Amino acid sequence: MTKQQANWSPYDNNGGTVVAIAGADYCVIASDTRMSTGYSILTRDYSKIIQLADKSVMASSGFQADVRALQKVLEARHLIYQHQHNKQMSCPAMAQLLSNTLYFKRFFPYYAFNVLGGLDSEGKGCVFTYDAVGSYERVGYSSQGSGSTLITPFLDNQLKSPSPLLLPAKDAVTPLSESEAIELVKTCFVSATERDIYTGDKLEIVILNASGIRRDYMELRKD
Amino acid sequence: MSELAGTIPGKGGFSFDLCKRNDMLASKGLKPPSFLKTGTTIVGLIFQDGVILGADTRATEGPIVADKNCEKIHYMAPNIYCCGAGTAADTEAVTDMVSSQLKLHRYHTGRESRVVTALTLLKSHLFSYQGHVSAALVLGGVDVTGPHLHTIYPHGSTDTLPFATMGSGSLAAMAIFESKYCEGLTRDEGVKLVAEAICSGIFNDLGSGSNVDICVITKGKQEYLRNYLLPNPRTYVSEKGYTFSKKTEVLFTKITPLRELVEVIEVGDAMEE
Repeated sequence: MTKQQANWSPYDNNGGTVVAIAGADYCVIASDTRMSTGYSILTRDYSKIIQLADKSVMASSGFQADVRALQKVLEARHLIYQHQHNKQMSCPAMAQLLSNTLYFKRFFPYYAFNVLGGLDSEGKGCVFTYDAVGSYERVGYSSQGSGSTLITPFLDNQLKSPSPLLLPAKDAVTPLSESEAIELVKTCFVSATERDIYTGDKLEIVILNASGIRRDYMELRKD
Repeated sequence: MSELAGTIPGKGGFSFDLCKRNDMLASKGLKPPSFLKTGTTIVGLIFQDGVILGADTRATEGPIVADKNCEKIHYMAPNIYCCGAGTAADTEAVTDMVSSQLKLHRYHTGRESRVVTALTLLKSHLFSYQGHVSAALVLGGVDVTGPHLHTIYPHGSTDTLPFATMGSGSLAAMAIFESKYCEGLTRDEGVKLVAEAICSGIFNDLGSGSNVDICVITKGKQEYLRNYLLPNPRTYVSEKGYTFSKKTEVLFTKITPLRELVEVIEVGDAMEE
């Protein structure tokens, strides 16, 4: 007697791509604003980026219902932290919190592919990349979501040393200037939009630096 | 006793020998390889002087766009064109095959091809393959009996309609047709309506995209308007461009010359003559 398979899944994939790049004194976090299901578009104007703390911004692709639930949990936990410690959470602290929150639901995961960006306690840019159950690593740049397979090889080519044997591995900060990083992100998304059906509509870029936080928008292909 | 797996396949047609093994693999969780499908929005409508066909130009392989500007309106005869949705290889093959058959038929009869001839050839081919040839077609043309428009489904059924849409974007396109179609449209009105319907598919269906192709067929004349509309230009081009100087680096080089091993055996008589 073969095991009966479920014909209903609690998960759905709303598509989308997120990218983050860390610099010496800034961090750029970007995502497209398309939310889709199957072959249809639900909305062209959905923000996948949320500011969790002063210097921490999270961008998540995947199942947006789970993403929203995750965001609410993190916001609540941050509020409690502020009450208890009388200060904002640093980005590395938020990174650990996110990892723990994800692993807490190890056996019914949040279908969320996250990228956390911000400034660490020294003011240097930091990017943390996650899988769905909380495994994380601090990196100089990262991409998650439906277009990540198209974007990551390009970022590797432009930002990474070709082989760890030839040159010492670059440390977790890229050598680009802020405007170069923004240019790079725009090119990544425009190219991913050409070839990935789930990426498009509009690009939202969040830039975090010493002077604060600002948002930039750019139109993408709508087909 | 049993022969090696993967020996000579049967002559032509489909071989179903591996079906049992595929089912067994699927039950173990192996996903079969995906085909290049055309996602697609294809439409046709009859206007006062003939038929207008329209199609988008995106070909997808799962979530990836394989071709941003492919041609989905296929030539069948000088007065008959066919739009194809479904598996790209199937639509190409079936339309090319029937186009050849029509040409031979024209030589044989000495007359212009009729749309119903193409229709019958296509539907009987598709039916005989029981839906395994995944081609959903919109066939349109003008012959001595007038303008005709048909839809053909992968299993071989057909419909004769004044306006039709097929493909993943068919609902988006049909919404436009149902709101705005009326009989006796002029050429310009018809082209505008077809372009609107295809655009609706392009922007609302993720399986369709890029550009609009249109084909207007009237008595004695056809106009193939390739890339009639290009509503999706690249939104941003980096001014300075990017360099790709990092090639696969050489870690170290070792050259081992091939040594020739020649043994000369002095046994027996030296060669004579």
